[in-house]
Amino acid sequence: MTTTVGVVVFPGTNCEMDTVEAVTALGGEARLLWHGDDDVHGVDAVVVPGGFAHGDYLRTGAIARFSPVMSAVARFAAAGGPVLGICNGFQVLTEAGMLPGALQKNRGLKFLCQPTTLRVETTNSALTGQAGVGDELRIPINHFEGNYTCHPETLARLRDEDRVVLRYVDNPNGSVDDIAGVCNEGRNVVGLMPHPERACNALLGSADGTVLLGSLLAA
Amino acid sequence: MEFTVLVDIQLRGGIADPAGATIERALPLLGYDGVAGVTVGKTVRFTVDAADIATARAVAEEMTASFLTNPVIEDATVSVQPAGGDEDPA
Repeated sequence: MTTTVGVVVFPGTNCEMDTVEAVTALGGEARLLWHGDDDVHGVDAVVVPGGFAHGDYLRTGAIARFSPVMSAVARFAAAGGPVLGICNGFQVLTEAGMLPGALQKNRGLKFLCQPTTLRVETTNSALTGQAGVGDELRIPINHFEGNYTCHPETLARLRDEDRVVLRYVDNPNGSVDDIAGVCNEGRNVVGLMPHPERACNALLGSADGTVLLGSLLAA
Repeated sequence: MEFTVLVDIQLRGGIADPAGATIERALPLLGYDGVAGVTVGKTVRFTVDAADIATARAVAEEMTASFLTNPVIEDATVSVQPAGGDEDPA
């Protein structure tokens, strides 16, 4: 059976078609989910893609979290459905309380657009089921506010519960404990700042994102 | 009654404030020595209709906690005053 992936579109989202293309290339089917629609229409997985949802006014993700579609995504996640937040989507999921922590401005105040190397820290998540612990993946970042932070107690829990999914090998943005991606307690909701959908074809410099999105399709 | 509300939002202690740090580093270059503790936050101003100042304050504090700030990284102080009147010091 073909896996159908719902790709959420807010006003200001700009990575939805990259995500659709990557999902389609992996043999999945993609369906765009408009932010005003309080329904995920029976999809098998949801991606909240990158961009500048609602202009990122007030804070990144702060307004997007109140969009009707996010209630539907929260219900879908609560029922165990796999949900992936990429970049701005990660910020939206933290604001919505579906993932812990927050994303602050990069150390050094620079917008960063560059390839990074990520290390897979756990295969027990909706994003890494088909990867191997210790695998190094070449995946690009493209963000100004990607510096992950959280309370020290939250960080201790994330470590104890093996919920740091991906770490930067060479931390580009100041994220605490080199964190590039985390998951929720149920391990079905994952957020990361790097863009796996932009690393799904060797023509684009790396196809390392396919193992991550392939894991999501199989989750 | 109409009240004016000012919400002053700052990053919590321990959260990196690269904008504040950059300004602080720049000030000595411009000849302003001895300046420390520069932080950059934001303010949100609005008016709210409420029966009394306590209700106005409660509404403003609730929306500050649930929407205007992210408590993981930000703190806020909320000031409320009758529109055109003196500030409520509470």
